Amino acid sequence: MENKLLASSSPHLRSDETISRVMLDVLIALLPATLASVYFFRFNAIKLIVLAVASAIVAEIICQKAMKRPVTVKDLSAVVTGLLLAFNIPASAPWWIPVIGSAFAIVVVKQLFGGLGHNFMNPALAARAMLLASWPVIMTNWVSPGADAVSTATPLAIMAGDAGSDAILPSLTDVFFGNIGGCLGETSAALLILGGIYLLYRRVINWRIPFMYIGTVAVLTLVFGLGFTDMTYHLFTGGLMLGAFYMATDYSSSPVTPLGQIIFGVGCGIITVAIRLKGGYPEGVSYSIILMNLVAPLLDKYTRPKVFGEVK
Amino acid sequence: MSLLKTFKNGIINENPVFVQLLGMCPTLAVTTTATDGMGMGLATTSVLIGSNLVISLLRKVIPDKIRIPAFVVIIASFVTLIDMFMHAYAISLYNSLGLFIPLIVVNCLILGRAESFASKNKPVQSIFDGLGMGLGFTLALTILGIVREVLGVGSVFGIQLFGAAFKPAIVMILPPGAFLALGVLIGTLNWFKNKKAKNA
Repeated sequence: MENKLLASSSPHLRSDETISRVMLDVLIALLPATLASVYFFRFNAIKLIVLAVASAIVAEIICQKAMKRPVTVKDLSAVVTGLLLAFNIPASAPWWIPVIGSAFAIVVVKQLFGGLGHNFMNPALAARAMLLASWPVIMTNWVSPGADAVSTATPLAIMAGDAGSDAILPSLTDVFFGNIGGCLGETSAALLILGGIYLLYRRVINWRIPFMYIGTVAVLTLVFGLGFTDMTYHLFTGGLMLGAFYMATDYSSSPVTPLGQIIFGVGCGIITVAIRLKGGYPEGVSYSIILMNLVAPLLDKYTRPKVFGEVK
Repeated sequence: MSLLKTFKNGIINENPVFVQLLGMCPTLAVTTTATDGMGMGLATTSVLIGSNLVISLLRKVIPDKIRIPAFVVIIASFVTLIDMFMHAYAISLYNSLGLFIPLIVVNCLILGRAESFASKNKPVQSIFDGLGMGLGFTLALTILGIVREVLGVGSVFGIQLFGAAFKPAIVMILPPGAFLALGVLIGTLNWFKNKKAKNA
């Protein structure tokens, strides 16, 4: 089953790209941010990441056995889903949050819809939305980095005024390197960008979705926000880098046509900024990507490139 | 079709919710607790029995061209009865179901049975059809209500099941939870049915 494709008529493009190689690249790209989250949030981060990844793998094996499908856990896609889900959880979460989240992501969002490549939205993000709707208090209980785990607010919550007027924004350097409150993996923008560059270099992802997404957020927060410094905070805090490079580019839930990908990125950006500046939540990356996931098939349909010689 | 078969048909083979997917609006909206689900199911059942009986009795009198308005008038009369009855005797259920009681009028299950069964069959058979379909609807709503209440609140019919350590998943009593629970339930039932068909 793994990596076997049906051959159609020539011409053929040869590539040694396999699912497991692509997923391995994503894991390599996420490694620096993973290490950073362990450095910042200590044992809690290790515990949550291990639990999320392990339960994603176990859920995939059990589900595929029960549905009498070939077990494809070796393609590493469940590991990526588990890791991305762990990145979306605050460090203070109890042990069962990543377990339930991973099980939901794999069983309901991925396998029930047909397995890898058939999920209509990003499993990790859908699981995050489910967790956030189910346990809003646990999922927004941010702690500051370090061993003491003091409760704190995320920079975006401070900017939205949710944290009270006496809360001060962390410095931009802290924001950039990740020494701030937030979900496990979203805090260090620098390391996420580093991984993103690796993915671009390996051609696992192309520039369209992440660049259009981040660009749209930059332009819109510059125009409608409070100036340049405010814009940089919007770019480097919250889940924007994580979402733009690793989640919005999910193959099966994003468009395949170049124009479709550009519209997808711009749409994610517009919704993110709308939620951040005007909506009730301080952060809107996850919802914006899920919403754009839903229109991805439509984008593909209307941006299909003309076949050579086709007459309309 | 024998009476018993008609009755069983509504509960299992052609269950309004799990097989025909009729009456989705109350199914998704009021099943946040088992009590609400069962209450809505029983209210719908009584309306369905009454309307099926009267429509079946009048099936030769009602002109074909205006049958839908005639059906709606008959259904609305029974819904008004039930509405007032619940207001008088089951006030807490009445308050928690709220707007969805008058909305039973437009439940497509009731109009569907009137059109496809009561207007073509004898009164006694129609009563049994109404009873079967109604109880099938009640059964489905109660199951859905139990699943959502256990996962979303941690209780069944208002009785707490777990200790304070259990943190219920609030999403299950929100609208997405209704779709999730219904989808998984229908999927499970179809899976059982396919398995049975394969073995037979």
